Amino acid sequence: MTDVVLQMREITKTFPGVTALKDVNLTVRRGEIHAICGENGAGKSTLMKVLSGVYPHGSYTGEISFDGQPCRFSGIRDSEHLGIVIIHQELALCPNLSIAENIFLGNERASAGVVDWNRTHAEAARLLERVGLRENPATLAMDLGVGKQQLVEIAKALSKRVRLLILDEPTAALNDEDSAHLLDLLRGLREQGITCVIISHKLNEIEAIADATTILRDGRTIETLDMKNDHVTEDRIISGMVGRDLEHRFPDHEPHIGEEVLRIEDWTVHSPTQHGRIVVSGANLSLRRGEIVGLAGLMGAGRTELAMSVFGRSYGIGISGRVYKDGREVHLKTVRDAIRHGIAYATEDRKRYGLNLIEDIKRNVSAAALGKLASGGWVHDNEEYRVADGYRASMNIKAPSVSAVTGKLSGGNQQKVVLSKWLFTDADVLILDEPTRGIDVGAKYEIYSIINQMADQGKAVLVISSELPELLGICDRVYAMSAGRITGQLTRAEATPERLMQYMTKVKEQ
Amino acid sequence: MTGVGPYAAAATAAADRSAEPAAATRQGGRLFSANLRQNGIYIAFALIIVLFSILTGGDLLAPQNVSNLVVQNSYILILAIGMILIIIAGHIDLSAGSVVAVTGAVSAVLMVNNDVPWPLAILITLVCGGLIGAWQGYWIAYFGIPAFIVTLAGMLIFRALTLAVLGNQGIGPFPVEVSRIANGFMPTYLGNIGLGPLDGADLFTLLIGLLFVAGIVVTQWRTRAGRARYGQVVEPVGLFAAKLIVAGVVVMTVIVQLARFKNLPWVLVLLAALVLAYSLLTDRVVFGRHIYAIGGNLNAANLSGIKVKSVTFWLFVNMGVLAAIAGMVFAGRLNQAGPTAGTGFELDAIAAAFIGGAAVQGGVGRVTGAITGGLLMGVINNGMSLIGAPTEQVMLFKGLVLLAAVAFDVYTKRRAGAAAG
Repeated sequence: MTDVVLQMREITKTFPGVTALKDVNLTVRRGEIHAICGENGAGKSTLMKVLSGVYPHGSYTGEISFDGQPCRFSGIRDSEHLGIVIIHQELALCPNLSIAENIFLGNERASAGVVDWNRTHAEAARLLERVGLRENPATLAMDLGVGKQQLVEIAKALSKRVRLLILDEPTAALNDEDSAHLLDLLRGLREQGITCVIISHKLNEIEAIADATTILRDGRTIETLDMKNDHVTEDRIISGMVGRDLEHRFPDHEPHIGEEVLRIEDWTVHSPTQHGRIVVSGANLSLRRGEIVGLAGLMGAGRTELAMSVFGRSYGIGISGRVYKDGREVHLKTVRDAIRHGIAYATEDRKRYGLNLIEDIKRNVSAAALGKLASGGWVHDNEEYRVADGYRASMNIKAPSVSAVTGKLSGGNQQKVVLSKWLFTDADVLILDEPTRGIDVGAKYEIYSIINQMADQGKAVLVISSELPELLGICDRVYAMSAGRITGQLTRAEATPERLMQYMTKVKEQ
Repeated sequence: MTGVGPYAAAATAAADRSAEPAAATRQGGRLFSANLRQNGIYIAFALIIVLFSILTGGDLLAPQNVSNLVVQNSYILILAIGMILIIIAGHIDLSAGSVVAVTGAVSAVLMVNNDVPWPLAILITLVCGGLIGAWQGYWIAYFGIPAFIVTLAGMLIFRALTLAVLGNQGIGPFPVEVSRIANGFMPTYLGNIGLGPLDGADLFTLLIGLLFVAGIVVTQWRTRAGRARYGQVVEPVGLFAAKLIVAGVVVMTVIVQLARFKNLPWVLVLLAALVLAYSLLTDRVVFGRHIYAIGGNLNAANLSGIKVKSVTFWLFVNMGVLAAIAGMVFAGRLNQAGPTAGTGFELDAIAAAFIGGAAVQGGVGRVTGAITGGLLMGVINNGMSLIGAPTEQVMLFKGLVLLAAVAFDVYTKRRAGAAAG
């Protein structure tokens, strides 16, 4: 099996201010299952977008050859034409169309523009049989569970005569049974000569199924492991994923930790969209004054869902558990309740959930606590200006004035506006969800300094982050989550990337 | 006030990175385009007035015609105030015309058929308007049905109720006090000034006008001084004075023409009070500011603890009350409540809001903009009828103006976006 089907050489892809991929090499042999591993942000998805033509030729440097032919894709249609099909983590089925319609979407079985429904259903049925899905092709996609939808996606890929199937986190949202079925299916496809590239955080699955594993870290290729011959273990993969020294990217901080300010007990949350799915399960967590606590976890571990459900039930249904603030049980039914009890949540997606991008800085800063600037419903707009200008100076928000529209600020400055907004609510518990996402290195340092100062003021800070070095660099204590459960907690002294990664990839014992 | 001091360290940590290339010309250009986007409506309005003044040989600005312009468009302008708030919040109201009809009908039945004293009848009608708004607001805010659908249904429902209330015929005439609100003018208290170019102008009206202008100057000056005291950047004195002078001249021109005809229409007084109150609401009151927050980013507003549902509900209640006022003004003006009253008013009000600078996605818009948009359409209607243009030309022109206004908004936004990216 030395026949190489895909070769990517020295792929470099930069976004404004960020180098996402740097001289990445990937060699995939024909008929193998090739896993790609790496932390969030290591560049896995970017690499797959380069391969599938989402990022067209010319927007990156380096060479791609498929079947020995150099490839210059200008769009996803070009790569699909060669039989390279990518299935994204967020499934892209139209919920109100049938299975058969979804399979042949954009690729309709038709003659002279008129759909041939008999052919459509017959071929769909054949494809469903191949992927082992016993459903009527006329069933609507919305009536299927996630696992079955995943199979429909694969059937759709097969209908395009796929030769290289790329799966991005295919089992992230699946239960164990569906995952096992999917892995069996992949083995079956391998028998049929279809090459697979699979991105996964579930190392046990990789160990079970992959023929080779390429590890990416910080946008670079670290190594490619031959799973069969080298007897690769999960620990071996983890050390490849995290093996990096922590440079001086974090400001020094001496913690002054006080009494407990927030405690969450037995917190369980159900998904509002997928019936019966538990996203957070029996979580216990506590925060103390002056403490910076990390919450580590891979994509889909339930960290954001935990935070938002505590923050006035802004996510999830069927929430149970108890929240204690300063030792007293509190019932945070709405976001207003949470804010009133001194809890703040700065979202991971500040453009969609954090800021009013068409408004200026001062109105964003005051948005969550406008009442503080008003008497009898009457806003003192000069006070508002003064307060916002104070934050502009102290947070070093780079803008001509606080009348500048937030949509035009850089990511780092937008994040400072969000933090100002929450500080102005006088919160003493700040939950910061991916506070440095999409922010350049210099601004990250400033955000870390701000977080340290919040802690020094006696606030408790919970930092949710996908970057392990960040958590290890700034947190006094780190919780790890996996599949909705808190799987462990480590103090600053105990925490190492390897130990955290073990907790983060730990799958519930049967 | 709030932990400003400790963050200074972070500021100095990276202060050296803050040096941005000072591109003065680009800044200036941006300022101009931002101003153009905000003030484009006023420039357009001025151009339209100049155009029709020329086309009508000055008849457009004749005393009687200025008075007519205000009185004829008053109910649309009242609706436009409520409509712009709803559009800022990202919703729409298609039922306003039907609510105008049903509230006018209710007031007619009360006053004409049942001899309810007119102040009480007005109060009851306003409450009816509020209840209608509450009905629609409930379905939109708490039940989660898009406003487009709820108010489309409302358009049919309240038209049906109008027919039921009126028994399919007009009811009138109204008590003189009520029709005076719509048609009447302030009486003469101090006599005419009677000389020179102001010939025959009413002295009391002129005094009110001067008082009004003085009020504008004083409040603007105090606002500016307050801002300066807080170290905010204020516009140069020259520009500030120039703006005030232009505003003063415009107001006094209108006042003089009104004073030369029959003095101030009562409905203008009502309208001015509403515009003032709602401008303050949107600018300075917590409730008003929450409307912008909701329209600008609904998710962010939710996660900032803003009572999105409650604000949305009360917006529609407010719209119902304003529609009731418009309903009574319109019925009073015709001196009869008719089954077809208010047909298409909602579309005029929506057009006024969008011509006046509201954004299709919500979050942007001003009460004064909507009023100007409404007046702009009023001037087109009036000017074109003065020059004897047929209806189809009026509709064509109005349609093109609406399209151009929104196209302008989309275009400037796209350019602003490109500049940012």
